[in-house]
Amino acid sequence: MKRRDFLKATPAAASLAFMMNGLPISTYASHPLLEMLAKQTATLGKVLVVIQLNGGNDGLNMVIPIDQYSNLSNARGNVLIPQNKVLALSNTSLTGLHPSMTRIQDMYSNGLVNITQAVCYPNPNFSHFRATDIWLTASDSNQYLDTGWLGRYLDLKYPGYPNGYPSTTMPDPLAIQIGSGVSTVLQGAQVNTGMAISNINNFYNLVNSYVDPAPSTPAGHELTFLRYIAQQTETYNKVIKDAAAKANNLSTLYPTGNSLADQLKIVARLIAGGLQTPIYIVSLGGFDTHSDQVDAADHTIGAHATLMQKLSEAVYAFFDDAKLLDFQGRVAAMTFSEFGRRVKSNASGGTDHGTGAPVMVFSPHVNPGLIGSNPVIPPTTTVNDNVAMQHDFRSVYASVLADWFELDINDVNNLLMDTFPILPIFRNANNVKNTEENGSIEILQQNFPNPFSSSTTFTFNSDGGNVRIQMFDATGRMVREITNKQYDRGSHQITIDRGSLAPGQYFMTLTNGNNKATRRMTIVN
Amino acid sequence: MGKVNRREFFEEVIANREENSLNNAPDLVYKQYANKEIPKGLQKTTSTLNPYTGAWTEDEAIHLLRRTTFGVKPADVQTLLGMSVSQAVDTLLNVPTTAPTPPLNNYQAVVPDPTVPLGQTWVNAPYDSTTTGQRYYSFKSWWTGLMINQNMSILEKMVLFWHNHFATEVLTVGDARKSYKLNAMFRANALGNFKTLVKNVTLDPSMLVYLNGYLNTKTAPDENYARELQELFTIGKGFTPIWDEDDVKAAAKVLTGWRINNTTITSYFDSTRHDTTNKIFSSYYNYYVVVGKTGASGATEVDDLINMIFNKQDTALHICRKLYRYFVYYIIDSNTEANIIVPMAQTLVNNNFDIKPVLAELLKSEHFFDINSRACYIRNPLDFLIGMFRTMKIDIPSSMSVDKTYAIWNYVRSYGNTLALDLGDPPNVAGWPAYYQEPDFYETWINSNTLPKRMSFADMMLNSGFSAGTGTAIKIDVIEFAKQCPNVGDPNALVDFIVKYCLGLPLSTNTKKAIKESELLSGQTSDYYWTVAWTNYVSNPNTANTNTVKSRLISTIFEIIRLPESQLC
Repeated sequence: MKRRDFLKATPAAASLAFMMNGLPISTYASHPLLEMLAKQTATLGKVLVVIQLNGGNDGLNMVIPIDQYSNLSNARGNVLIPQNKVLALSNTSLTGLHPSMTRIQDMYSNGLVNITQAVCYPNPNFSHFRATDIWLTASDSNQYLDTGWLGRYLDLKYPGYPNGYPSTTMPDPLAIQIGSGVSTVLQGAQVNTGMAISNINNFYNLVNSYVDPAPSTPAGHELTFLRYIAQQTETYNKVIKDAAAKANNLSTLYPTGNSLADQLKIVARLIAGGLQTPIYIVSLGGFDTHSDQVDAADHTIGAHATLMQKLSEAVYAFFDDAKLLDFQGRVAAMTFSEFGRRVKSNASGGTDHGTGAPVMVFSPHVNPGLIGSNPVIPPTTTVNDNVAMQHDFRSVYASVLADWFELDINDVNNLLMDTFPILPIFRNANNVKNTEENGSIEILQQNFPNPFSSSTTFTFNSDGGNVRIQMFDATGRMVREITNKQYDRGSHQITIDRGSLAPGQYFMTLTNGNNKATRRMTIVN
Repeated sequence: MGKVNRREFFEEVIANREENSLNNAPDLVYKQYANKEIPKGLQKTTSTLNPYTGAWTEDEAIHLLRRTTFGVKPADVQTLLGMSVSQAVDTLLNVPTTAPTPPLNNYQAVVPDPTVPLGQTWVNAPYDSTTTGQRYYSFKSWWTGLMINQNMSILEKMVLFWHNHFATEVLTVGDARKSYKLNAMFRANALGNFKTLVKNVTLDPSMLVYLNGYLNTKTAPDENYARELQELFTIGKGFTPIWDEDDVKAAAKVLTGWRINNTTITSYFDSTRHDTTNKIFSSYYNYYVVVGKTGASGATEVDDLINMIFNKQDTALHICRKLYRYFVYYIIDSNTEANIIVPMAQTLVNNNFDIKPVLAELLKSEHFFDINSRACYIRNPLDFLIGMFRTMKIDIPSSMSVDKTYAIWNYVRSYGNTLALDLGDPPNVAGWPAYYQEPDFYETWINSNTLPKRMSFADMMLNSGFSAGTGTAIKIDVIEFAKQCPNVGDPNALVDFIVKYCLGLPLSTNTKKAIKESELLSGQTSDYYWTVAWTNYVSNPNTANTNTVKSRLISTIFEIIRLPESQLC
C-alpha cells in the first residue's frame, strides 16, 4: 500500500469512527482496520526534516568544484580552501567537500547523501527577505504567494485543517518547527499548519519560546495564571509530551554547543516516540558571511568552517540516532539556503550575496552522488559573476513531493503551480524520465553554430503538450523566453537571433512535462 | 447579514446557545489553575487617592487609555501626552452629549419589516413579531459598532459598566426597542447621578419586564426586583448588619402598580394595583416607614424607598467597589478598602451621588497609576476584540451599505459571544462573573475553550480576515499599524512599539531581541536588513517591497500577540 493510497483510505476510517460516536476511543483502537492503519502509519509514515541555513550559504566553499581551481583562486583567493585540504568524494575526483565536513563525507561514502548542484531560479533575488520568501513559498521571482510550499502540501493532505483536527487518524501536529515562530514555509491557505517547540523538557516552552519571569505584582499573578492555561490548552501539548516521554536519544555522537544538533535531538525523540508528524523544520543561522568568512591565516577554519562543522556533525549524529532508534528508513533531511554567495570574494575576507548553490538531501533512500555538473568559473571574474542555475529549486521540491511523499504528479504540479522536472534525488524515483542527467534521448540538441554571433539553430523533441524554452545568462537571469506553447509530439527546430545580447556564456533550458534539458551556448562578437 | 437566510440565522442562535453551554461546562484545566482563594499579599501598596505626581509617559497614558477605552490608539496616547494627567483624565471624562444615530433596519433582505424600510431606524416603530430576532441582532450589532467607532472618551466603557451593573437580557426582555431605550438611558447618564440611574432603571420598561416588576401588584407582590435592587444594584450583600427578607417584601410593596405602555415604550403608574399600606423596613434601615399613598401620589413612594436606600453608606461603598473592580483590580484588601473605597464613597456622597467626580478622583490618583494597579486586568472579550480593531487600525470601509456594515459588526459581536461575552445578554441579573465572582473574578474569561479562540481570532485577523458574507475582507493592515511607530525603520524601535501596544507587560531585552531576529529579520542578525526593507517599501511600495515587509510584520505581530501578556492590560 502506497502512502497516498493509505491517505486516501483514511476518510473511510474517519467516517467509521464518526458513526461509532459515543463509544470509547479504545474500541476504535482495537478495531482491526484501525490497527492495520496504525501499522501502515508506523511503517510508511515518512518524515521530511528541512534544515534551513539562514543568511545565504557559500555553496562554492561547501561543495567545491575541484576542476575550477585555478579560476577559483583568481576569483576568491582570500577565502579559498587550499586544494589539498578539500575532502574527496567517493565517486568523483572533480568535486569535493569543505574540510570541516568529514562526517558528511563519511555519509556520502555510505550512500546517504545526494547533492543537487547550482539550485536557483530564473531572475534570482539578492535580498535575504525576498529570496527567503521565494524559497519558502516556492514562487517565481516576480510572483507573490501567501502560502508556503509545505503548507500547501499539508492543506492538500489534511483538508480543512485546523477544523476537525486533531483527529483519530491524525492525532499529531501536521508540522513541527523547532525554535521560535512558525515559518512561512508552513503557511496554509487558512492558518499556519505548523507549531513551534523550542525545548521539550521545558513545560512552558511548548507553547512559547520566550519566557520572562513573572513579576511579583498582581500583573505577575495573572500572567502566571494565563501561562498555565496557555500551556494546557495547546492542542498538541499532550501528544508531544507523551511522544517525548516514550523515547530518548540513543546516539552518543550529538555534539554540544551546536544549536542544530540540539534541534535535531528533539526531532529524533519525537519521531521515535511515535508522532505521525510528517514535517519538521530546523534551522542554523550565521551564513551571511560578508566578512571574515575564513581565518586569514588558515582558510580551513573560521566562521564558515564552524558552520560547516556544525551542519556536518549534527546531521551525522541525527542519522546515527535514527539508525539506533530504528526510524532511519523513513526519514529524509534536506538543506536549503536563500541563496549562495558571490563567485568573487570581497576585500573583507568574505563573500557577498550570490545566486545558485547546492542542496543536500540525506536519506538511505537517496540516489547517492551528485546531480548536475560543477559550476563553471570564468578566468577573470567581476562582482557581476554568479553561479549559473542548473536546477530550479522547485525541481527539488517536486522530487521530494513526488518521490518521497509519493504525491500524485498532478498534485505536485498543482502545488508548485507549474511543471518542474523531477530530479533523480531518490532511488527508484518513479517520476524521473528523459532528463538530461539520465539522458536516454536527446531532448534538446546542441545549437549550431556554437559559438555564434548573429543567429543559431537548435532541434528539440516534444512529448506533446507545452514546451517552454528559456535562455539565461551566466548569473541565472532570464534574458529571453524563446517559446512557451503547445508542440505536437516529435522533433522541432527553432532559430533564434542574437538581438542585443552581450557576448558571453548563456544557458538554454527546455521544460516539457517531466522532461527537462539544459544546453550551454556562447555568444561572441 | 445581507446574505444570511432565516435558517442560518436560527442556526446561529442555536450555535450561540451551544457555545455558551460549552463555556459553562466544567473546565478541569481552568479549575486547576484559577484562584482557589483571593490571593493574599499581592496588594503591597499603601498608595491613596492623592493625585498622581509621577512620570507622565507613554506607559502611563497607555494604562489610562486601556482602562477607560477599548484598546489604545497610538494617536490618542500622543494627544494625552500633550496634556497634564489631570487634563487627560478630564478629557476622557468629557463624554459626548449627543445621542448616536439609533440602530437601523439591516435585515430587510432577510425578514422584511412591515413598517420600517432598510436603513431606517426601528426603535420607534411598532413591535413586530416577525422581526423580533432581527432587531435583537440589529441592536447588538449597532452597540458593537459604537464601541468600535468610539472617540477618546470613557463613554463606551461606562455604558458596558452600567449594562453589567443593571444587567438585563435582550432575549428575555423580548423587545429590542425596550433594550435600546435602556441603553440610551445609560448613554445619557453615563457619568451622571447614580441615584437618578437607580430611579430610571427601577421604572425602566425593560427592567420591569426582566425582573417582573410589571407583574408586581398589591394582590400578588413580585419580590424579584425588590431583592435585586438591594442585593445587586445598591446596598450589596455579604456583610452585617444587612437588610433582610422583610425589607425585600416591604420594597416589593412600595413598587407595586408600575406598568408598561408597549406602544410608547414607557412605564406608567396604575394606582389601582398599588399597595397603599405603610411599608415598614427592618432595623438595618432603622425601621424606616415608607408611608402608603393612594391615587397618583402612590408613584412617589419609589422616591422614598430610594432615598432610604441611599441614606445607607453601604450603597455608596457598593457602587464604588464595583467601579474599582471594573477599572482597577478585583482584589480589595483592607488597605484598599480603607484608603480607596471609603474615600471614594465619601466623594460620591459629598457630590450628591454624581459619578463623575468619583471617577476623576480615582483615575487621577497615585493608586490608579501605582505599579500594582497596572497590567493586572485580564482583558474582557470586548477589550480583546474591539481593542484589536482600534489599536491595529482595522478598517471597516465607510462606503459599505448599512446591512453589510452591520454584518461586520455582528461578526465581532458573535465572536464576543464565542469568547463568553454575549453583549446584551449577560448570564443573569448579576452581570458577568468576572466582576463579582470570588475568588477568580477576571480569570473566568480565560479557559481552555476561550483562550485558543482568542488566538484564532488574532491569527485570522492577521491573515485572511473575515468578510461575514459582505465580500470585503476585514483584516489587520499590518503596514498601517506599523506606520504609527515613529521610527518604524529601526527594528528595535518597531518591536518595542508592537510590544508596548499589544502586551500588558513589557518583555525583557533578550526576548525582544529573539523575536526581532527570528521574525522581523528572518533569522538574520543585522538590523540593517529590516531598515533597508522598510526604506525600499517607502520609496517604492510595489508588490515585492510591500510583501517583504508585510509578511515579516505579520509573523512578528503574531509572535507577540500569542504571548499570554497580550491578555493583560
